[in-house]
Amino acid sequence: MTQTLDYEPNMVLATKTYDVVGTRPVRHDGADKVTGRALYGADFATAGLLHGSILRSPHAHARIKSIDTSAAKALPGVAAVVTSADFGSDSDAVVDLGEGATSLKWLRDNVLASDKALYRGHAIAGVAASNPHTAEEAVGLIEVEYEVLPPVVTVEDAMADGAPILHDDLKTEELGEQTDTVSNVAQHFQHKKGDVSKGFAKADVIVEREYRAKTVHQGYIEPHNATALWNNDGRLHVWCSTQGAFTVRDAMAQLLDMPVSKIRVTPMEIGGGFGGKIPVYLEPVAALLSRKTGSAVKMVMSRADVFEASGPTCGSWSRVKIGGTSDGTITACEVELACEAGAYPGSPVGAGAMCALAAYDIENGTVDGYDVVVNKPKTAAYRAPGAPNAAFAVEQAVDELAQKLDMDPIELRLKNAAKEGTRRVDGPTFNRVGLVETLEAMRDHPHYSAPIGENQGRGVAVGFWFNIGFDSSVNLAVNADGTVILTEGSTDIGGTRASIAMQAAEVLGIPAEDVHPSVVDTDSIGFTAVTGGSRTTFATGWAAYEAAQSVKKQMIERAAAIWDVDADAVDMNRGVISSKSDPELSMTFKELAAQLGSSGGGISGTASVSPTGVGGSFAGNIVDVEVDPETGKTDVVRFTAFQDVGKAIHPSYVEGQMQGGSVQGIGWALNEEYYMNEAGGMDNSTLLDYRMPTSLDLPMIDTVIVEVANPGHPFGVRGVGEANIIPPTPAIANALQRATGTRLFETPMNPVAITAANGD
Amino acid sequence: MAMVFIPSLMQKLSEGNSKIEIEGGTVRQIVNNLDAQYPGFKDRLSEGGRIKGNISVAIDGEITPLGMLEKVGADSEVHFLPALGGGA
Repeated sequence: MTQTLDYEPNMVLATKTYDVVGTRPVRHDGADKVTGRALYGADFATAGLLHGSILRSPHAHARIKSIDTSAAKALPGVAAVVTSADFGSDSDAVVDLGEGATSLKWLRDNVLASDKALYRGHAIAGVAASNPHTAEEAVGLIEVEYEVLPPVVTVEDAMADGAPILHDDLKTEELGEQTDTVSNVAQHFQHKKGDVSKGFAKADVIVEREYRAKTVHQGYIEPHNATALWNNDGRLHVWCSTQGAFTVRDAMAQLLDMPVSKIRVTPMEIGGGFGGKIPVYLEPVAALLSRKTGSAVKMVMSRADVFEASGPTCGSWSRVKIGGTSDGTITACEVELACEAGAYPGSPVGAGAMCALAAYDIENGTVDGYDVVVNKPKTAAYRAPGAPNAAFAVEQAVDELAQKLDMDPIELRLKNAAKEGTRRVDGPTFNRVGLVETLEAMRDHPHYSAPIGENQGRGVAVGFWFNIGFDSSVNLAVNADGTVILTEGSTDIGGTRASIAMQAAEVLGIPAEDVHPSVVDTDSIGFTAVTGGSRTTFATGWAAYEAAQSVKKQMIERAAAIWDVDADAVDMNRGVISSKSDPELSMTFKELAAQLGSSGGGISGTASVSPTGVGGSFAGNIVDVEVDPETGKTDVVRFTAFQDVGKAIHPSYVEGQMQGGSVQGIGWALNEEYYMNEAGGMDNSTLLDYRMPTSLDLPMIDTVIVEVANPGHPFGVRGVGEANIIPPTPAIANALQRATGTRLFETPMNPVAITAANGD
Repeated sequence: MAMVFIPSLMQKLSEGNSKIEIEGGTVRQIVNNLDAQYPGFKDRLSEGGRIKGNISVAIDGEITPLGMLEKVGADSEVHFLPALGGGA
């Protein structure tokens, strides 16, 4: 049935147009993907390939007293067994692999546990065998003697007096100062602006609440995989599914104590990552097994392994106290945010705390952050890590304040909205940002004034993410037929082959289809940081822009040489090279490309950048929910996502990012959680029991792309991959409150929670 | 001179001052000069000549990956913040 809409479901509020940027060409990798020919890590095969399997801890917290691998080694078909001892290093140096600094011992122990198993699923030993079944059978023959210890799986329990301690030598650090307290709290920090006590004294209304968000997984469809070949020449080649081939290379170099020049990492196609495919898990084990056997070793996680042994994002506890005057001015806000790091320090609480109050121009505020270890897998990034946890709390408190002040929740946000020049509670001031424009787009959208049905409620919320720059490299080479080869080191998760190629095409004045992008291995391109932090279209796109400028300059010089005129007298616009003074002297990019071989040789351009000028992104949601009053089942009946993206290079992929982030946020709000048993294990480590929303559960997610150009990028790009997951959880909580009259303070807000809160 | 914002948990080193004007054209010079005026900052902020891994530096609102090497303008604002762990 075709539904007729009385509004535009996908709007682009563009402020500047280009020839290629902002159009919607077919993605360059589309044919390979839809025909099933794209090669993923699990497709990898080579002669003499061995298959690996991992023994994982059945206990959430246990001391490892001994490991006996003799029976496994004796099984016919088994080629090698490795444990943590095979790393051959006990260094505890501090290393930074692009995810913040951490101890090398912790990195190593997360790959293969040495003295303690710190979560159920923690890898203990690896086996390589002639086939996967033999490897699995051998894993079952490894005998481990454990001293089982009591687990702790929430930040509140982990911070409590007398809690089981995960690391005997972990002492709380307070922004560079180590305290003497052995604790599960790895770090405490504080942001402070103004004087909150004075601010609360001015308030007419104060709201104070506690909120809890559960641990959730990114839920990428492709499990982790890795194949490693430690060659006889001492070089290691790794093929894997990763968001950052260079990050894998650098991690392997640290873990295996070898130079980066001896490691080559080939990124295979990736079936989703969302931040979870930045750390290494299988790669070092496959490498150790390959070193022992001389053969390539391939390892693939099961779904249960993915849930129990890769990195989810954090569960959290938070407290928010917010005060405002009767005219809607927020006078003070106090936030405490404690985030699970998992088994080793390094939760996303730093980012969450910086984002917590970013949407508001508040005179008086404090944010205290706590990084807390618990007996769960070490957390990894997940779209705007930490920010959804903070927003679930702050955006509900703001909503409740609006209700108590009898104000429209968008108008309250507009009255207090952060803008260019606003000093954030964490200190720095904002450059040009588009929160006001995003809120105005929300207020003016037909969705916000549409009638609402019985048992339905409408909620709104906003969220902020910084986005990042970091290093990127791009090479361009002009073919004789006028097409251009583009090589890059950025894994393409969400259509970035297209968004990067389009920026080169815009500079060169040629169609996007004439630029052929390839993601290449670490031996074939300059250093490129991870595809993460919403940086790829911004930073790698910038590298493509610079490389294209180099090609453009050389094309102008070549035309000038052919015409025997000064290069300053030649221009290149929209793919046509012409003399500024002689209209007879003109040729297209293709015509000149055909002459390169006979006029001095090929032309190529290269650029390595580490750009500043990063532009943060604000996102907002309007969501309508309908709650069955008997069962508490919630249906999202209408959802509109708004985001200031700076400039949408390829609007279709921007819309896809906004829709994807929204759906993941909806899942976090309504259904998803690590359901932990008393022994500290996850009880729902299958996709049947871990309930992610599917297309059958949801309406079409409408999108409004707001374009407030980032002055720090040639085309105004901000980055789009993350801010969109922040507002859904509080927007849904706010909608549920209006549908049921009851506010929920903990995710998931599932039928059990809704009926319990309503006293049924 | 650049304006250096002191995090609340470090203000006991700066005699309670939350903002201090410090001379310096790079983050390294700022840290050295801050430490000369208020001893202890260098140890809190750096290790082995580099900014500690769990601390990041923001110049004029933008976190820099260059750490000690980042240029600082005469009118710049310098903030020391917790590093964005978790794979931001």
